[in-house]
Amino acid sequence: MSLHALHWGWPVAGGLLIGTAAALYLMVAGRVMGVSGLLASATGLGPGGARAPAALFLLGLLAGTAAALAVVRVPAFAVTSSWPLLVAGGLLVGFGTRLGSGCTSGHGVCGLARLSPRSIAATAVFMATAAVTVFLARHVLGGAA
Amino acid sequence: MSRWIALVCGVLFGAGLVISDMANPARVLAFLDVAGDWDPSLALVMGAALLPSALAYVWRRGRQRPLAAAQFHVPSHRTIDTRLLGGAALFGIGWGLVGLCPGPALAALVTLQWPFLLFAAAMVAGMALHRLLPLRMA
Repeated sequence: MSLHALHWGWPVAGGLLIGTAAALYLMVAGRVMGVSGLLASATGLGPGGARAPAALFLLGLLAGTAAALAVVRVPAFAVTSSWPLLVAGGLLVGFGTRLGSGCTSGHGVCGLARLSPRSIAATAVFMATAAVTVFLARHVLGGAA
Repeated sequence: MSRWIALVCGVLFGAGLVISDMANPARVLAFLDVAGDWDPSLALVMGAALLPSALAYVWRRGRQRPLAAAQFHVPSHRTIDTRLLGGAALFGIGWGLVGLCPGPALAALVTLQWPFLLFAAAMVAGMALHRLLPLRMA
């Protein structure tokens, strides 16, 4: 559990890149950069709309991740959840982001930036239930997640 | 044009997730664990991401259309309903269980490790479930 702390420059630089992606997507394509919505569009599970750009965004996401992993030394991605938790977590994230119309990028990075009341409410709720879930798993039930 | 900007934005986004270590579930859970050995770095990621994003949304106010598309597709409804809050609540529980939200869940696929593949498959299944269920909540 003791992950070494990052120098503050890394999260700030990474955040600026994420925010720049959101800014460019709005300025050039005129759309909200929300990953759950883009994934739904790319897989045909969304309300329709632009499938090709969504698929290209996801392709770019994989390429950018792979390229950065080849250049920057970061801690190995560590997931310690058991398979039932992975399945339950994935189902909840997929279902919840569709029902709630967005995730950390769409509501968080884009919605908060434009002061959308819906996104502010959604972000407060998912941050709160995530923190409560981690609290219960780690400090009440003891290390289940 | 908007196709290629999508590709470019995806690359920037993926690189940002890696550099900030937000693609790492262990880092995310350390951030969400406010009662434990709290790691504040994801608050920096969010704060830094909001800066260019907010500037772009301010820029948009004076414009009729984006640089390379016919119109903006930005939601304008403001009603906070039970679907929004219920969906956000469920999403947060899933995020807290594993430490993956959609962006990092897809980024982590490049590791080709089975836990990430399983999570992403379940996530798409959850989206399909939502598509199939004709939910009509208030």
